[in-house]
Parts: sequence; C-alpha cells; structure tokens
Amino acid sequence: MALYSEKVMDHFRNPRNVGVIENADGIGEVGNAKCGDIMKMYLKIDNDIITDVKFETFGCGSAIASSSMATEMIKGKPLSEAMQLTNQAVAEALDGLPAHKIHCSVLAEEAIKSAIDDYNARKKAE
Amino acid sequence: MKIYADNAATTKMSRTAIDAMIPYMESVYGNPSSLYEIGQDAREALEDARRRTAALIGSSDPSTIIFTSGGSEADNQALLSGAELGRLKGKMHIISTKFEHHAVLHSLKRLEKAGFEVTLLDVHEDGLIRPSELEAAIRPDTCLVSVMYANNEIGTIQPIREIGKICRDKGVIFHTDAVQAVGHIPVDVEKDNIDMLSASAHKFHGPKGTGFLYARKGVRLTSLIEGGAQERMKRAGTENVPGIMSMTAALEESCSRMSEDSKTLTALRDRLIEGLSRIPHSVLNGDPVKRLPGNVNFCFEGIEGESLLLLLDDKGISASSGSACTSGSLDPSHVLLAIGRIHDVAHGSLRLSLSEDATPEEVEYIIQAVSEVVAYLRGFSPVWRDLTSGKKEFIL
Repeated sequence: MALYSEKVMDHFRNPRNVGVIENADGIGEVGNAKCGDIMKMYLKIDNDIITDVKFETFGCGSAIASSSMATEMIKGKPLSEAMQLTNQAVAEALDGLPAHKIHCSVLAEEAIKSAIDDYNARKKAE
Repeated sequence: MKIYADNAATTKMSRTAIDAMIPYMESVYGNPSSLYEIGQDAREALEDARRRTAALIGSSDPSTIIFTSGGSEADNQALLSGAELGRLKGKMHIISTKFEHHAVLHSLKRLEKAGFEVTLLDVHEDGLIRPSELEAAIRPDTCLVSVMYANNEIGTIQPIREIGKICRDKGVIFHTDAVQAVGHIPVDVEKDNIDMLSASAHKFHGPKGTGFLYARKGVRLTSLIEGGAQERMKRAGTENVPGIMSMTAALEESCSRMSEDSKTLTALRDRLIEGLSRIPHSVLNGDPVKRLPGNVNFCFEGIEGESLLLLLDDKGISASSGSACTSGSLDPSHVLLAIGRIHDVAHGSLRLSLSEDATPEEVEYIIQAVSEVVAYLRGFSPVWRDLTSGKKEFIL
C-alpha cells in the first residue's frame, strides 16, 4: 500500500498550474512555515470568471497535490462556483487523503477563498 | 539506481545473520526450558550467544545480558529499573537529555507521573551535551542518568566515557541507549563506565524484534513481563532463540568489520556532506566529526521534507526526514528543535544513513538527485520566493 492514491501522486509529480501570475487580480496566501504548509494562489478574473489560476506551495506531497487539484477545479469557473469549492470535494477528487493530511485540502479551499476575498476587496477599493 | 539510505531506521539482514537463524528454526527448535536434548541444545546455544554478546560489548560476565524484543523494550526496562532502585533509597530525580529516542522520553513521562522529577539537559547546536552541565545537574537525590550513545537522527556521538565517569564518581546509575552505536562504533561497557546499555539487532544487519539490555552486576533489574523464569526472572517468555542466534552472528560480523567499514564509510559520508553543503542555504545538523560513520543530516531552507522524500523515492533513493508531515504530528523533529533549528527550517530536513556497502557512485548520484529535487521544490515554494526577493531574511 502506498502512502497516497495514484491521483495524489500524479498531481504531486506533475502539478498543474504551478507558478505565478504577474498582474494577478487576486492573491491569497494561507498557512505558515512553522506548521510546515504554505499555499499561495494567484487568480486572473474576467467578468467574474476565473480565466487563469496559478499556485505556489511549500509543503508535503498532499499539500502540493491539493493545490494542484483545487486550481484545476476552479479554472474557467465563475467566482460564485469557486466560492462553493469545499475541502471534501478536493479530497474526493484526489481519491481521498490520509486522515492526518485532510488539513492540506482545507488549506487549498482557504487559499482560493482568500484569493477571491482579495479580488473582492480590491474591486471595492476601486 | 536503487539506493537504500535509511540504515538508521533499519538495515538489511546480512547473509551471515540469516544463515545463523535457520538451524534454530529447522532442527534445534526446542524450548530452552525443556529438559530433553533439543531443548538443552537450544539452551546451550542461547548461553553461548549470551557469552559472545557480552564479550562484544566489553563485558566478561554473560549474566549481564538480558535478551529483549529490541531497543525500545530495553530502554523501558532500564529506566524503570533505575527508577525503582532510586525509589528504594528515596532518590526520585532522573537526568536525561532533550534529544533522546521516544522510548526513553516517553518512559520518563510515565515516571514523572509516578512521582519522579526529571531534568532534561540541553543539547548544544553541535548536537552534543556538555559533561560539565550534567555534573552540575546531579543532585543528592539523583538516582539515574540516561544519555544516548549516538543520536538516531543527527548521528552525534556523546562523550560517553566522560559522562560515565562522572556518574560513577557520584554514585549515580548510568544508562545509555546505544541502539545506533552498537555494531557501528567501538562500545566497551567497562571502559565507558556504563551501568546499563540498550541495543537492537536490526540496526546492525540482524533481525527485527530482537535486542538486549546490559546491566552491570549489582544493578537489579525490574521485570516488565511476568510469567516465567526465563532470563533470570527478569524477562518472562520463551526466548527468541533464532533471533538471538542471528543477532549474535550479526554483531560478531559487524564488530569484526568495524574498523575497516568505518574508514570507508566515513570517507563516503564526508564526500556526501561536502557535496550537499554546496546547495545554497543549507546546513549540516550535528558535529561534522563526532558523528556516526554513515550519518548525514541536512536542513534545506524554503522546502518541506516530505515532498523531498517522495521525489527522492521516485529517483530510487530511500531516506527520511524530521519534518512534521512525516511524523504525523504538527511539530518537526524534537531532535532538530533541541539543537536550536527553528520550525521553518526543521521542516526541510533530510537524513541519509548509508550502509557499509555504499559506493562512491551512489554518493555522487545522491548528491546530484538531492540538489535537483531541492532546486525543483524551491522553484515553486512561496517561502523561497519571499527569501530570494528579500521579503524575508534567510535563516541559513
């Protein structure tokens, strides 16, 4: 038995949407280095649609896989839909995570919400 | 390439150790407590193993060896016994260190609950304790000192002889968890002034589930397992004769090869340290010289250890890390924290423990693979971005 599902290992080995969006419309960063996980999400938003998303993650295999999967699940989606993304949905899409790694999927959910919040705050300030 | 570089976790059994086991499963399978021939043959083999084991750690008295299920059991029994002897004299203070194995630390927790007071000595950044600080910590009511011979994570070798001498002079029982040392570096219970010592077979190419506890004559052991007269009433249960015979053969082989093996291994270790030191913003954990011949332990800033291990596994390298993610808790290794590495850096640790048959080619391959993986992970680490952009200051 491997530690992680094939899906987790695939997203860990070949993470999707890795990197930075230079002129992002929303940026969210959650976690802290003390606990060993930091996720940073960059969103490009057009007409309330997430047209592009990138991530950077400092963390374990499941943290990297959760970020990767979460970006895939919101790319091209309306903001309202992205706001509904739950950590359970991320974990399920990865064919499950070990019990002590569930917090990685929670971080992915929080990172996306934080990036959307940042976008909304910026819009409000305009 | 497949490289097993986690020999501090466990080792591959040697052919000698496997061969030594088989006769005691196939033909001499009797119970050593039985009076008929194959029982008595097993008894004879067992007592021969006890004599040989004692001699290999410098004890001339076979009755000082109690065979156990491994290092953890030996540690538990040693601490409980030392504490029990203290309690009889009204001495309820125990000294140990902050970076012991959990078999020791958790036993101490239990003793604390039972009314003992425990002082854990600081470990300095070089991964060593200072004998002068131990001496200063000993009180009239100190009954036991437990200091590991060599650390399982960072491989540092403590000044055991000096520590033993201080304890002997002060009349305090001295136990050492020598699980990582026995079979790898010279250990001599007489010269090192050791009263109790724990060892484990699977760390020196013997089988899992077998170990021993040395207790100097006069140090009365408390039994953890009741139910029979085996091991001089100190450890009930039918003796694991195949395991014990195998462990003895493995230890003999390791000790006979030790001086030669440690020379080649030390050279490989030093080359590995040199190669990994070239990775920017990294640090070797533990003293570079006073360390086990095969142990290398690094922290790399800006990355997390578990993802490092998984990618090294993909490249055929088995290693370990002190990151929280590999421990199942939120805290990184207590050993790295004890030597002053802060959480952020301790999460990015890597332990490589080489076996005696490691080759220079393997070491070069490891250096190349680790350098690549660290650079790759830093490439999308937000921590690394903050460090390189100057938003955060480098620690290493």
